[in-house]
Amino acid sequence: MNTTRELEVAHGGVPSGKEDVYSQEPVLSARDIVITFGRVVGLDGVDLDLYPGEVLAVIGDNGAGKSTLIKCLTGAYVPDSGDIRLNGEPVSFRKPQDARDAGIETVYQQLAVIPALDIASNLYLGREDRRKGPLGSVLRMLDKKGMEQRAGESVQNLGIQTIQNMGQAVETLSGGQRQAVAVARAAAFGSKVIVLDEPTAALGVKESGMVLDMVKQLRDKGLSVILISHNMPQVWDVADRIHIQRLGGRAGVITPETHDMGEGVAIMTGATKLSQDAP
Amino acid sequence: MSTVEATSASAEFARRKQSPLQRLQHQLHGKPWLSPLFLLLVAFLAFFIATPTFLTPSSMGILLQQTAIVAALAVGQTLVILTAGIDLSVGAIMVLSMMVMATLARDDGMPGVLALLIGVALATGAGLLNGLLVTRINLPPFIVTLGTLSIFTAIALLYSGGSSIQAARLPDTLNFLGKGFGIGQFRITWGIVVVILLYAVIGFVLSQTAWGRYVYAVGDDAESARLSGVPSMRILLGVYTVAGLIYGIAAWILIGRAGAATPNAAPDANLASITAVVIGGTSLFGGRGRLIGTLIGALIVQTFAFGLSQLGVDQQWRYLATGALVIVAVAIDQWIRKVKA
Repeated sequence: MNTTRELEVAHGGVPSGKEDVYSQEPVLSARDIVITFGRVVGLDGVDLDLYPGEVLAVIGDNGAGKSTLIKCLTGAYVPDSGDIRLNGEPVSFRKPQDARDAGIETVYQQLAVIPALDIASNLYLGREDRRKGPLGSVLRMLDKKGMEQRAGESVQNLGIQTIQNMGQAVETLSGGQRQAVAVARAAAFGSKVIVLDEPTAALGVKESGMVLDMVKQLRDKGLSVILISHNMPQVWDVADRIHIQRLGGRAGVITPETHDMGEGVAIMTGATKLSQDAP
Repeated sequence: MSTVEATSASAEFARRKQSPLQRLQHQLHGKPWLSPLFLLLVAFLAFFIATPTFLTPSSMGILLQQTAIVAALAVGQTLVILTAGIDLSVGAIMVLSMMVMATLARDDGMPGVLALLIGVALATGAGLLNGLLVTRINLPPFIVTLGTLSIFTAIALLYSGGSSIQAARLPDTLNFLGKGFGIGQFRITWGIVVVILLYAVIGFVLSQTAWGRYVYAVGDDAESARLSGVPSMRILLGVYTVAGLIYGIAAWILIGRAGAATPNAAPDANLASITAVVIGGTSLFGGRGRLIGTLIGALIVQTFAFGLSQLGVDQQWRYLATGALVIVAVAIDQWIRKVKA
């Protein structure tokens, strides 16, 4: 207990019991990211570190650069300057597909699911499996049964029990179930990092709880999650660390254990300044 | 805890009683071609009762031959409408392609096969042009094809000098699809065989391949499809190009069927193809529908026309019935789209 407290001080508040995680190399690290839109500075030299098996929340006021930062990390925007590393290797994403190929999956705020297609088709959209043999190679036939079965397993793995029939059209699902499909798709293909942009913004209390449970499960499976959210109680519930954006820069990194919501909001709005970051 | 609760709640939800109307809505949601199929069977039965000559093998053969052109065009139209577009230039592309084929091969000015290939390639290029205007310049499909409708029609008239070319002056290759074989009184032309092949091939592609799935995805929500890694622009371009190819094949069928290449042939082909697609249960808003529905839709329109003419009834009744059907079909589509789990 004593040693833990000492470490907390030394690291400016590492989540207790996870000290070894933060001595590892970050899965994803960004240094000095700058992006401008004409004369507007979107990001003014932002750093971000994401460690293995953690949930890093990104909070900030509207216009603080949360989404811009995430878009730079997932290939939707190309930063003007700065250095992004994935497992220590420098990467340069020119388009979202590049980030996806590298193992970074994004669940967008505007649910990127196709309502008319069924759940299995949505999970595999853009990376369908073909049948084995000439049926697949010559006739380009899809392995519908296989995909449906594996889709069912992906959904089961996340403990989503309200979705049973993978052949069901997504438009017949509730908002929370649709979000669950989007998260399940990211989880099925994201080998390293999963980015969730306001995943509960449009959901009710119960459905939000379901999605947050999924986020925790992703972390427990060893994936790293970046969660953008406006909802402070949710952030303090699931996040291991909290990256605070303010005016296009990083105001600081805190943990739910070292700072309470009021302090977090104070830093976010500029009422207080953070002297020492979490790692 | 919460998941356990949700399971029992969802199980209860699944077990709840649905009204017969809700069950019907569900069925139609999964199989939008059910209502047109039902309508087709009712029409067959009604005409059979009204006039005994309707359901004879020879009548059925004629009905199929009359349906062939619109049914072929409607395959391309279905692809375009599935992407939430519309193609008003179907008839114009077909006629342009036909006039080029016939003019080139007239009195064997060129081998029939070569003229055929050039005509089909031209139609494919015309479709590609539509696709480029839609994807690269970002114009609405309605405007693009409204423009190319006039352009292609004008080119066809200018190129052919406005005059027809009779079958006798054309090589056998171009007339081939009008020939056929009989099974007793039931006569099938090669044109009908080609139409059936078109439905089989495109139906397979739509339902069994990734490309087909992308056509639905782009039509339902182009932006979400793009975010999911679907090459939306390439799919759209491909759809318009394949549609052009199909209109070129329809031109070949039309020469055989009409026994001549006429620049003002098939004046109502555009609306007839759209009508067939819509009556067949494909949504004008994109992303929903089955190709088999389009075939049923084309058959329904022709069945009304053929049956009423057999009865000696004024053809205006056919247009009245078709118009009502289109409105009913779209109304049903709107209702189906509101389906709940």
